[in-house]
Amino acid sequence: MSPFSGAVTHAAEAAPAVTAATGTFQLIWLLIALPLVGAAILLLAGRRTDKWGHWLGLLASTASFVVAVLLFVAMLGQSDDQRTQVQHLFNWIAVGTFDVPVDLRLDQLSMTFVLLITGVGSLIHLYSVGYMSHDRDRRRFFGYLNLFVASMLLLVLADNYLLLYVGWEGVGLASYLLIGFWFFKDSAAVASKKAFVVNRVGDVGLSLAIMLMFVTFGSVSFEGVLGSASKGSQQSMTWIGLALLLAACGKSAQFPLQSWLLDAMEGPTPVSALIHAATMVTAGVYLIVRSGAIFDASLPARNAVIVVGAITLLMGAIIGCAKDDIKKALAGSTMSQIGYMILAAGLGPVGYAFAIFHLLLHGFFKADMFLGAGSVMHGMNDGVNMRRYGALRTVMKVTWITFMMGWLAILGIPPFSGFYSKDKIIEAAWSVSPVAGLVTLVGAGITAFYMTRLFAMTFHGEARWTDDVHPHESPWIMMFPIAILALLSAVAGFILNLNNAFVDWLKPVTGLEEPQLPFSSAVLPIAAIILVLIGAVLAWIPYATRAVPEVAPAGNLLTRAARADLYGDAANEAVFMRPGQYLTRWLVWFDNRVVDGVVNGTAATIGGLSGRARRLQTGFARSYALSMLGGAALVAAALVLVRL
Amino acid sequence: MNALADAVPKFDIPTIEYAALAPILIVLGAAVVSVLVEALLPQRYRRSTQLVIVFAALVGAFVAVVAARGTQQIVAMGSVAIDGPTLFMQGSILVLAAIAALVMAERKVDPAGDSFAPRASALPGSEDEQVFTRLGWLQTEVWPLFLFCVGGMLLFPASTDLLTMFVALEVLSLPLYVMVGLARRRRLLSQEASLKYFVLGAFSSAFFLYGTALLYGYAGTVSLSGIADALTNSAGDTGLVLAGVGLLAVGLLFKIGAAPFHQWTPDVYQGAPTSITGFMAACTKVAAFGALFRVLYVALGGIRWDWRPMMYVIAALTMIVGTLFALTQTDIKRMLAYSSIAQAGFMLVGVVALSSQGLQGTLVYLVAYGIATVGAFAIVTLVRDSTGEATHLSQWAGLGKRSPVVAAAFALFLLAFAGIPLTSGFTGKFAVFTAGIQGGATPIVVIGVVASAVAAFFYVRVIVLMFFNEPQAEGGPSVVIPSAFTTLAITVAVALTVVIGVLPQLVFTLVSQAGTFVR
Repeated sequence: MSPFSGAVTHAAEAAPAVTAATGTFQLIWLLIALPLVGAAILLLAGRRTDKWGHWLGLLASTASFVVAVLLFVAMLGQSDDQRTQVQHLFNWIAVGTFDVPVDLRLDQLSMTFVLLITGVGSLIHLYSVGYMSHDRDRRRFFGYLNLFVASMLLLVLADNYLLLYVGWEGVGLASYLLIGFWFFKDSAAVASKKAFVVNRVGDVGLSLAIMLMFVTFGSVSFEGVLGSASKGSQQSMTWIGLALLLAACGKSAQFPLQSWLLDAMEGPTPVSALIHAATMVTAGVYLIVRSGAIFDASLPARNAVIVVGAITLLMGAIIGCAKDDIKKALAGSTMSQIGYMILAAGLGPVGYAFAIFHLLLHGFFKADMFLGAGSVMHGMNDGVNMRRYGALRTVMKVTWITFMMGWLAILGIPPFSGFYSKDKIIEAAWSVSPVAGLVTLVGAGITAFYMTRLFAMTFHGEARWTDDVHPHESPWIMMFPIAILALLSAVAGFILNLNNAFVDWLKPVTGLEEPQLPFSSAVLPIAAIILVLIGAVLAWIPYATRAVPEVAPAGNLLTRAARADLYGDAANEAVFMRPGQYLTRWLVWFDNRVVDGVVNGTAATIGGLSGRARRLQTGFARSYALSMLGGAALVAAALVLVRL
Repeated sequence: MNALADAVPKFDIPTIEYAALAPILIVLGAAVVSVLVEALLPQRYRRSTQLVIVFAALVGAFVAVVAARGTQQIVAMGSVAIDGPTLFMQGSILVLAAIAALVMAERKVDPAGDSFAPRASALPGSEDEQVFTRLGWLQTEVWPLFLFCVGGMLLFPASTDLLTMFVALEVLSLPLYVMVGLARRRRLLSQEASLKYFVLGAFSSAFFLYGTALLYGYAGTVSLSGIADALTNSAGDTGLVLAGVGLLAVGLLFKIGAAPFHQWTPDVYQGAPTSITGFMAACTKVAAFGALFRVLYVALGGIRWDWRPMMYVIAALTMIVGTLFALTQTDIKRMLAYSSIAQAGFMLVGVVALSSQGLQGTLVYLVAYGIATVGAFAIVTLVRDSTGEATHLSQWAGLGKRSPVVAAAFALFLLAFAGIPLTSGFTGKFAVFTAGIQGGATPIVVIGVVASAVAAFFYVRVIVLMFFNEPQAEGGPSVVIPSAFTTLAITVAVALTVVIGVLPQLVFTLVSQAGTFVR
């Protein structure tokens, strides 16, 4: 038996019928249109809308949520196999066999996302009204947020990969704009640039995948591709799967494209909560689950997904253990939790539904904790160093309680939310491969350690505040969304797991298999809880009961490595940046000396002195001619070599 | 009597299909009239008359193109093919030339009058030149040159024999050499660009001509279909063919600006008056790609397995060179020049696809690229300081804060170059790359996708510079409010870029109706 012995099965073979949207379902397009119009008004109308712009942004997002709820109710009214609704808007491209309509697909999977995006999105809009109240560019901020919501909805509602790609680029753009929102800070500008570059690498994967799909299946629609995926050759499925995985790695900050997420915390905290925790970074999970049929047809691609998920899961957790910056610790945790989801998505039908379940619940508790962190920062003069926090439970009672809900949820303590999804992932992983199962178990223990460390350093122990800080509770407009999210973190998992309600709801789209375990199904939850308790106690003792040094101790090798993001940047630097820098330096030199060029400095343009331009530009025509001759030789050689 | 008539050799009166040739004839005829206007009309009437002639000719020729739609025949005694692709390219050239002409007609942005030299023959920096400048001389000699050039461009992709093609190449090139040297500001740079373009262009023409001679030696004819027939019958020495193909390709690839025949591009694009740069970057590329396609697909289709690897190498090299060098540029015109090299590489992917999808994809790409190029260079003419156009990238910092509309339009063109969805560039890239994979050129497409990902970086860098960076403190450039000419040009370019991105159906339908080359 191979280490990943899960048999390749096609659980979702009986694809649900697709219904053309009628009645209430004709409102699907409104979901996207509302925030899009909001963004257009806010970004185009300029300063005139400064006074009320944020309310308009909130209204657009909330209206979209109301539509989502209406659609959800309508969908519940349909029988299980009638729930896939497709709304045809117009033909985008139709040339011969290449036919790309703008169709929106609302099924159980996209419905889940739509509710998460608009629901959590609206709460975060509300929170931002308070959080950004002192920022003079608040209107622009809401414009970007609306743009993000619209793009993300397009991403999950698209009925073909090309349209999905449009949304994919859209969320990337919004994320880039929001990370760099405070672009006057160098670190924010650099972080946004990094996010852009890394995401482009992922986008290459998606565009290659789409083109391969078109060539293999002659279609880029979900139905055309996924319906015939089981008939394609395994090799082409593997290539498409790996290209999709590359795309997912970029967007979801998975190894080896993980490095941008930690830096992305330079963006305002509501952005970190919405985009870099709850929604956008989970787009990779969506992509893989949606493309499940392709991964079902290729075991190597599926195993690659598992490996990537497992590595990131551990990396993120280890990084989270060593960070003193509260947002970066949370970002490490996000990486790690998405690693869980990716791993689950790689398990196949046994894991798809739980990947999405965990994604949803993670959306709640991580957004809760990020907003909580924002509330703490709000009270601490925007300080993020947890070594200067401590004992905040005394002054920020509501933040403390709500954060505690998130903390218990991510730890997976029953009956808090995380328990129900994470436990199932561990079970499913174990049923496919003991190695993957062990990784998820150990990950749970480490998660308990770093989250407890974060929680204890922030809210317990002694106050280590700097002198000029006077912590205080945040205004209701910020606390209200947190409270809702805290409530969801506490009970959503339990409620949605009643009678397997959520998993059954998703089953028609994702398929479902019961994990087969070699031992009693009670073993794993108990083992997980024991590991979690050990991890939590190990963190609680030093960080809550003993004095925490205000300057980080040197730490051992692993700690130092984790503080440096496990040398992710160093690796990037050595592999990509240095050679790139040498290359550009050489190119500049080449361009100056060999080619030509009024490139350097201000010479030609500001001076505008023809004399100088002349000195730089004389006598090179012959070298151009020479290289043309060389080119001609190259052409001739290429032609002759083929004949040989 | 009869004996005398018999003694004189029979002379066949050539038949000329005037309707099919009308677009070319209208433009060339207008060019002749335009020369007469320069010679005969008093100075003060010239400009208005020239503008009327130019736009009437462009519109008239476009109407003739539309009227000739559906034509699929070889005309003018076998030397010109009027078929779907020809008409599509002629229509594109005319539209792009019209937009470019609007920018060239601008007289409001430069305080000295227009962007062309008061007397091109005066020595740069000489006393003569200063006198002419002080007197405020304005010339209109650019218009006849422009019309001849457009006429050559219309003929170039339509030629079905190599000699006609060579004549068309010269008709389009010679006026361009002169126009490049006409810049009012930075005269020396402009004249040097002109000379360089001329010398290297002549060099490449020699390659083209020699290749023609070798192919004639092989096939005994210069007609493209004749060469194709000779290849099918595989008569003669294949060594001649290969050498001929190589040399011919050098001549054509030079005009396209493909690596390693691209070095003239940045120098010439930078030195030429910016409105001319936009014109030549857009229209020359359409014409040259048309000719390249016709030669490769019609005449040399039989030995495609011989030249395809060579074109692989060229396409890959062009994409890589263009992208990498564009990364390091600090001058906006040079950056756009290298970007146009990279774009030529992306279009070559459509050439190596060896299919009608490849042809159609490239046609779409050419239109998308051409419109964005003309628009982008039109905007470059507007950003000025006291010495003329401010082309150093650092001078563009913070432009979005002072002139949000102009900066947004420029950002749109850059996004189109980068191939971001919902702009025309995405439509073009997708069409070309998909055709490439279908044609079995997957490795080249992978290089293309990676190169376009890298390329996005330097395009977006300019957007960031415009919107997110603080403007230069003192003496920074400002955006000049242009007259209706440039405003119209930019508006049309913006509208078309968005329309082709959002509703690519329109242009795809057009190219799919264009069909294939007639033989």
